[in-house]
Amino acid sequence: MTDSPVVAVHGEVENPALLHHFAEPQQQRDAASLGMWVFLGTEIMFFGGLFCAYLIYRRWYFGDWGAASKTLDVTLGATNTAVLICSSLTVVLAVWAAKTARRKLLIGSLLLTLVLGFVFLGIKGIEYKEKFENHHVPGPSFQFNNVKIPGHPDQYANPSHAEIYFALYFIMTGLHALHMIIGIGIFIWLTTKAWEGRFTPDYNTPVEIGGLYWHFVDIIWIYLFPLLYLIDRHP
Amino acid sequence: MSGHSSSSPLKLYFGIWITLLVCTGLTVWAAFMDLGRYNAAVALTIATFKAILVALFFMHIKGASEKLTKMVVIASLFFLLILLALSMSDYATRPWS
Amino acid sequence: MSMASASIQMVERENYLNKHYGVGSWLFTTDHKRIALLYLISITFFFFIGGFFALLIRLELLTPAGDLVQADTYNKLFTMHGMVMIFFFLIPSIPAVLGNFLVPMMIGAKDLAFPRINLLSWYLYIIGGVMMLHCMLTGGVDTGWTFYVPFSTAFSNTKVVEAGLAIFVTGFSSILTGLNFVVTIHRMRAPGMTWSRLPLFIWAHYATSIIQLLGTPVIAITIVLVAAERALHLGIFDPKLGGDPLLFQHLFWFYSHPAVYIMILPAMGVESEIIACYSRKRIFGYSFVAFSSIAIAVFGFLVWAHHMFVAGISVYSALVFSLLSYLVAIPSAVKVFNWTATMYKGSIHYDAPMLYAFGFIGLFTMGGLTGLFLAALGIDVHVTDTYFVIAHFHYIMVGGAVMGYLGGMHFWWPKISGRLYPEGWAKLAALIVFIGFNLTFFPQFILGYVGMPRRYYQYPPEFQVLNVLSTAGATILGVGYLLPMVYFLWSMRYGKPAPDNPWNAAGLEWRTASPPPTFNFDEEPVVTWEAYNYDELKSMPVNEEAPVDR
Repeated sequence: MTDSPVVAVHGEVENPALLHHFAEPQQQRDAASLGMWVFLGTEIMFFGGLFCAYLIYRRWYFGDWGAASKTLDVTLGATNTAVLICSSLTVVLAVWAAKTARRKLLIGSLLLTLVLGFVFLGIKGIEYKEKFENHHVPGPSFQFNNVKIPGHPDQYANPSHAEIYFALYFIMTGLHALHMIIGIGIFIWLTTKAWEGRFTPDYNTPVEIGGLYWHFVDIIWIYLFPLLYLIDRHP
Repeated sequence: MSGHSSSSPLKLYFGIWITLLVCTGLTVWAAFMDLGRYNAAVALTIATFKAILVALFFMHIKGASEKLTKMVVIASLFFLLILLALSMSDYATRPWS
Repeated sequence: MSMASASIQMVERENYLNKHYGVGSWLFTTDHKRIALLYLISITFFFFIGGFFALLIRLELLTPAGDLVQADTYNKLFTMHGMVMIFFFLIPSIPAVLGNFLVPMMIGAKDLAFPRINLLSWYLYIIGGVMMLHCMLTGGVDTGWTFYVPFSTAFSNTKVVEAGLAIFVTGFSSILTGLNFVVTIHRMRAPGMTWSRLPLFIWAHYATSIIQLLGTPVIAITIVLVAAERALHLGIFDPKLGGDPLLFQHLFWFYSHPAVYIMILPAMGVESEIIACYSRKRIFGYSFVAFSSIAIAVFGFLVWAHHMFVAGISVYSALVFSLLSYLVAIPSAVKVFNWTATMYKGSIHYDAPMLYAFGFIGLFTMGGLTGLFLAALGIDVHVTDTYFVIAHFHYIMVGGAVMGYLGGMHFWWPKISGRLYPEGWAKLAALIVFIGFNLTFFPQFILGYVGMPRRYYQYPPEFQVLNVLSTAGATILGVGYLLPMVYFLWSMRYGKPAPDNPWNAAGLEWRTASPPPTFNFDEEPVVTWEAYNYDELKSMPVNEEAPVDR
């Protein structure tokens, strides 16, 4: 009695990327795709806890939070939103390029995605530096005195409540930035493999599921931007 | 991917991209207008619209042959909603602050 | 049959155990069956660590005075007992051992969808485990396994962040296992294995995986928040800054309540398999049992604040959660009724797995019903944070989940190891576990009812008798747990070689060798029959010692 694995031998010969426990390439693709979608579902819940905390405190301390939110730079935030939207475009172009065997477009789009990713992180770094300099980082050195609540010129914001805002600001954008860094790592790997000619119309699943991850990180920012930057901006 | 000829996805992608950028501008513009308590609702509605565009067209949920992908997204969002709504049900009904 | 011929038989057949030798072949394996055994060793280790803490707790509680350990130490004991048992034993146990081993086999697949991620899951578990061990050895945590704020963030002087990070890492092990199972069950079923032909064990693990995927990330982020608050003084839960400690509890219990369903659903899956086999009947109401697993997973997410009735949530919200908590009992009851109906007019065989199954039904029902007591707001005010709660959840976790785990280990032991366990000793162990369990935990219902608080190391003298009974039971229970360890190990060397299907059970896993070859089946199965086709299978052997000739 042997234990010769019953693998689709034809599949193995034709497609070296087929893993032994799958019967055919389509099954492997479907498994990878479902796996990434399920993982993104877990990420929704991961960020979701932060959104829950945000929601509750925003409702409680709207005025103080409005004052705190006003210290963020809307131009930088909106620019970063545009940067990520552009990067989502380059990602979807990369996926299309992989599926249609357009090597130059594939590598170009992946590189552009990386550039945009770094631009995002750079702008975020500038914003964090400004926060650090203004003592808006929660902790022993936090200061938020004599800041008026928007729309209530006679009231000052409660520094403690503002500190909670900034705590959530740093955790939410920090976690998002961490996901961006991981995304950049993934795309560096994708670019390397694309350069080596690994992706063909028959096998491009890593680009596709890497793209799904990137789009998800973009969607998180699409929500973070208005929630953090635009709480009470009208004059 | 199902049923797209090689040129039509590009038009779609660029169209969605422009729409997303316009919506971003709209969000900022609306934020500087006094809409009372609807400022938040407007901002979140536009954000949700943008998210749906990214999900449907960039993440290809629209073209997905299986309902399973949609189910995964809907299920996750549903449980997130449960977390937010049922927690709020406590906070919104406390007679003290 | 002599030992010589038995060993020749083992050498002739190549299987997943003897295919490769060497530590490397185990530590770098991607075979789901080997990974299951890696988990088996690890969780057994942590079970005994958690049990050791339990023993110390029960020793302290022999006398009303706090005379064995100091109060701070006692806080650490019950904290470590809870954290280790929940995160490092109960949550992985059945899914990581039996699930990993059986899910691909039951659906006719060669492996899980992502074998390397499966191995990564185990390594994450080990890393988390080592972190927790280090934490314990360097002082431990004293916050209770629930690490409520603001004590855990602002006042405890113990290693909260380290313990939290250990659980964070282990949580990802859980998430990845759930991800693997969901994708496998959707994508890797053999031809003909439709959803309605799946064993209920698979349905149970599917439902469990949904909970793992959706719930664990929330406690992960909660741990991040607590760690950030503690390490960086951020202040999200700090009442001095206007933070709400109840926010922590909402986020914590949003996961930790569904977590208890992670712990019980797989055992319910095992239950269905055992009861069908030892009643020689199809499970009554298959669809109801299958969908009740999904219902438990969904409803389980709607009830978390029943842990917070007296914490300060609004009365209206408490009413809502109380009502929802009553609803979540219904699918569990559906299962119990269906198992009972399965046994009705069945041909019952009282072997060790079935003894554990009987124990499960009775004890789980008691634990579940006492949960309804707790869901009633009026009663909860009096018995919350007393030994009533402790008895309630131990009836389900130990009387239910652990019994299910032991029953499943016995049932599938021949498949896993290729050896039969000694039936006489197994029956004895089951009986000892049952007696020890009830003696340990039934007195605790009474203790809680008359007012003994939980997490206290001293108590009024009038509670001593019940506490002594409980400790006596715990020692008996300990013996009951040691016995299977001994005879399972014994059987690996000296047990009778097992045939492919010693119990004449239904299920694809029984249609391949014991132990199975590395890729599970010599040929991909094509399924044309319904689940639990016991009417087509031969009856069980009268003499259970002799392997069945097929």
